[in-house]
Amino acid sequence: MARVKLDNYAMPEAPRLGARGWLRWMWRQVTSMRVALILLLLLALAAIPGSVLPQWPQDVAAARAFIDDNPFWGPLLDATGFLDVFGSAWFTAIYLLLFASLIGCIAPRAAHHWRELRRPIAAAPRRLDRYEPTTASSALGRDDAVAAARVALRPRPGLLGAISGYRVRVDGREDGAVALAAETGHVRELGNLVFHAALVGVLLAMAAGDLLTFRGQAIVVEGRSFTNAVVAYDSFDSGRLFDSSDLEPFTLRLDEFDASFDDAGLPLDFTAHVTLTEPGADPVQETIAVNHPLEVDGAKIYLQGNGYAPVITVRDGAGEVAYSGPVVFLPQDAAYTSGGVVKVPDVTTGEQIGIEATLYPTAVQGPFAIGSIHPDPENPVIAFTVYTGDLGLDGGVPQNVYRLDQSQLSPVQDDEGLPVTFAMALGETVELSDGLGTVTFEELPRFVALDLRSDPSLPWLLAAAVLTLAGLATSLFASRRKVWLVAREEDGTTVVTGAAFAPAHDAAVGQALARALAAAGVADAGERKPE
Amino acid sequence: MNVTDLSVMALWGATTLYAIAMVASAIRLAAVADDRATARALDRESVAAGGPAPAQPSAVDEAGDGSSRPSRGAKAAGIARSTTLVGLLLNGVGVAARAVEAGHVPWSNMYEYTISGTFFAVLVYVLIQRRRDVAFLGAGVTGLATVSLGLGLTVLYADVNPLPPALQSYWLIIHVSIAVIVTGIFAVSFIATVLQLMRDSRDTGRRWTGARARFLEAVPAASSLEALSFRLNAVGFVLWTFTVMAGAIWAEHAWGRYWGWDPKEVWSFVIWVLYAAYLHARTTQGWAGRRSAWLAIAGFVALIMNFTVVNLFFQGLHTYAGS
Repeated sequence: MARVKLDNYAMPEAPRLGARGWLRWMWRQVTSMRVALILLLLLALAAIPGSVLPQWPQDVAAARAFIDDNPFWGPLLDATGFLDVFGSAWFTAIYLLLFASLIGCIAPRAAHHWRELRRPIAAAPRRLDRYEPTTASSALGRDDAVAAARVALRPRPGLLGAISGYRVRVDGREDGAVALAAETGHVRELGNLVFHAALVGVLLAMAAGDLLTFRGQAIVVEGRSFTNAVVAYDSFDSGRLFDSSDLEPFTLRLDEFDASFDDAGLPLDFTAHVTLTEPGADPVQETIAVNHPLEVDGAKIYLQGNGYAPVITVRDGAGEVAYSGPVVFLPQDAAYTSGGVVKVPDVTTGEQIGIEATLYPTAVQGPFAIGSIHPDPENPVIAFTVYTGDLGLDGGVPQNVYRLDQSQLSPVQDDEGLPVTFAMALGETVELSDGLGTVTFEELPRFVALDLRSDPSLPWLLAAAVLTLAGLATSLFASRRKVWLVAREEDGTTVVTGAAFAPAHDAAVGQALARALAAAGVADAGERKPE
Repeated sequence: MNVTDLSVMALWGATTLYAIAMVASAIRLAAVADDRATARALDRESVAAGGPAPAQPSAVDEAGDGSSRPSRGAKAAGIARSTTLVGLLLNGVGVAARAVEAGHVPWSNMYEYTISGTFFAVLVYVLIQRRRDVAFLGAGVTGLATVSLGLGLTVLYADVNPLPPALQSYWLIIHVSIAVIVTGIFAVSFIATVLQLMRDSRDTGRRWTGARARFLEAVPAASSLEALSFRLNAVGFVLWTFTVMAGAIWAEHAWGRYWGWDPKEVWSFVIWVLYAAYLHARTTQGWAGRRSAWLAIAGFVALIMNFTVVNLFFQGLHTYAGS
């Protein structure tokens, strides 16, 4: 690498670089291998915090908890991008510089390689003695022998032939001999260029995917339906170029969800049986399972989670139904002990009611508390605490449906002032104290959490990835061989001398030479020992 | 004897044999180094005395130096070879029996991954050994195999569990099997790189110059070791690229996204970038040789981190470690 003297004071005679000179100098630095290497190492180093610290895109709750728990480091790391490493300015800067370096390195090399491919290769050496040549007589004529060897080494003509086989050159010598030179080393550089260009393709496909993708999450309870529209999703993200009117308004009904567990409660299989109705088409029965998404209208529907959504009915003090419907309980452990919240704002008399409940699918009464020992609903019991007061729903602030805002609520207490825990099995009704009303555990359907996602860039990404792999393998494994054949007429017979050259580990080069000699009409070419 | 016992006993047998192979390989290395030193000393004496040089100094390496005493090195080499092969066989039996017992491919948790990875590491070594003499790697490879099998059986052992729904996919066979094989290849290459650095230090008089490191006389020159580890790393890098791509395709299939910077994915990326840096460093002035070797070592350390620390301490989607 050329060094540039920066200190103009020390060398007053040296010409100043000027703005363009500086730009050129910077570009040369960016595209140098040394800088590329440092950028690669920085990239590896910069990625590590992304696995150690909680990241916003991966786990919002963990990131928030981290900031709350670390009043000094939390906000500082958050502000400097360490809690969203892969979206941070510095990580982006590193990989964009790396790709700039890659393009700056590869583009001139591609141009050079293009010229190189069109240029004839070096002629066969005058003397082959250094390469342990084999000499034998051939049944063919001088020119025929060379022509046949040429075809054997490069079966296809044109540029494609040059890429897939040997590049060949034939020279007639002054002494009447015809010399053939063939080499394959160019394929490695070609693979190298394809690999790096395909990496750019991977990056472009990922960027395109970012703009065109959409992803929505929806929770569907057994027996209920979901319509594919932005408002129907519990959460919805899309790229900038995604048009929500592109969503096909199909409906998906969850007929049944099969969950099977072994005796120890380990999951064996999850399968959702659904009915899909696309506009203008008949309903179709389909299944969605883990590792088996359902494809609809270019999007895929994934089964991401499941749990119980007990149907709960709350009657107020006047006996009117104040709430009735399935409530999604989120599983908290492997035995599907699940937590859920019922918010009952519309009571005819008295204060609003909030219920904080825990579901035990296979409830067992332990010495101190009940617990669930299996995820199957063998003995489902819901234990709950009742709160009265203001649920805080009228403020217009969006609330977490899985959490009760207890700031303006107070628990229903017993005579000793302790919160009362009620328990009810499936089908039971519990009478609340203080004449608040009743709560009924009606049914126990399951729910599934579905992810819908479409990413039109995926085929492009796959193509770029396959090219990356092919280019990489070619650049590392393609052989670097040179094969030379010299044919001359001696006393009416054709004598062919052949030799080959390859790196020490390439033992198969002898076979390549033997094939070329055999094609040239040498009867017993044999296999030259790769010494 | 049921299949579980068969698997565990075969693996303990393999551990023991690998340990013996390690000791035998070490003795063989020391013997070869001694013979070479002796040969050189003889060489110097005869040159100093003006006599003819010994005809074939390299013949003393394996076949003995012509005296009636059978060569210590040749005997140890034979023991190392046979114990390694039988150990590999038992390792294979242990892995196969585990697969039969579990009813699925034997790499669904850390224990299974460890026993399979060890099998492939030793297999890679044995396969290279068939094509060229790399017996100098034997002590390192069988030593690593002893430690990993021992740790697997004592610390990581887990009873057979049904395959969780997330792993019920043919991609488990494609993605993880290649990952296990790559681990084996990188492990062998790691041994070669460590020897390269030690040998280089000894040659340049930096470290490992004492008599205790004389076994380094029996390993090839640093440049040959570099060439060997490069060829392994090149194969490993291509296969690792494939592993990451296959993982991305599976993730797209199972989780609805091909890349989500899960801790396992982060570390797979770090490993890929480190080995990519290694490949670039080899051809960069000032980085070829020692520095690029250190990058290869960093890549292998990251690979081990990805298997151990990331599995045990980081929360992510790839948490199949315990079960």
